[in-house]
Amino acid sequence: MTSAEKYVLAAYLVFLAAVLAYLVIIALKVGRLEQELGDLVRLARERRDG
Amino acid sequence: MSSPNRAAAALAIAAAGLLVGGVALAIFWAPEDVDQGFSQKIFFIHVPVALTAYAFFGFGAWKALRLLSTRNSRYDLESYTAVHMGVIFGLLTLVTGSIWAKTSWGQWWSWGERQLVLFLIVFLFYSAYFMLRYSTDPGPRRERNSAVFALFGVALIPVSFLAVRIAGTILHPTVFTHDDGVAMPWEMFLAFCICLGGVLALAATFYRVELAGKRIDESLKELREQLA
Repeated sequence: MTSAEKYVLAAYLVFLAAVLAYLVIIALKVGRLEQELGDLVRLARERRDG
Repeated sequence: MSSPNRAAAALAIAAAGLLVGGVALAIFWAPEDVDQGFSQKIFFIHVPVALTAYAFFGFGAWKALRLLSTRNSRYDLESYTAVHMGVIFGLLTLVTGSIWAKTSWGQWWSWGERQLVLFLIVFLFYSAYFMLRYSTDPGPRRERNSAVFALFGVALIPVSFLAVRIAGTILHPTVFTHDDGVAMPWEMFLAFCICLGGVLALAATFYRVELAGKRIDESLKELREQLA
């Protein structure tokens, strides 16, 4: 692999890594939102049942 | 699947298809640049990412203007999300540009290049947006301050974009010029357009997902306050 090819590969990998990192962040966020929603639903049920 | 979810899924599929196709065409089909050789292939990712960052900053300013004219809080969240995405794409522009600079010019950065320095100023300006936003309590004052900041920033974009054309340049290439039009073979231009479409579709997907996440966050916060 030539030096130019390595740099081109690096640039495209940076882009791919950013996309994958964003997916990981979104997955973690969805998990957190799911947990928060579950807590609120539980709290609302407790209120309803007295 | 609801309509917004279907739109986001369609955008994501379009982004994947366009990006895979565009990058394949750029690497294997488009001719090599006579001056720069294979390293010029970075152009096909670097320039679409930079244009996407500019588009997000412009979109954020448009939403800020809508907020100031209508006082509708939904535009605050939309403007904030656009600036947020613009900063992410701005950072990617700086990183991919630095890699290209290293292989093409032999250095990671050149302070003598006006376009690079002006892009860095735009990036730092919008990075400061978050400091301003989170130094004020949520409410109409924060919405107005953030909107005015986003509007000021957009004035830097034409300066940054046109700097290389107005001032002349030594290192940074100018591909799209007023006099000569597109200064590249049509195969390169086609691959570039497909890559640009892919990056824009990906950016639009991220924007929708990010905005939905922020809206859910706000709704949950309101619900929590009501149940407390």
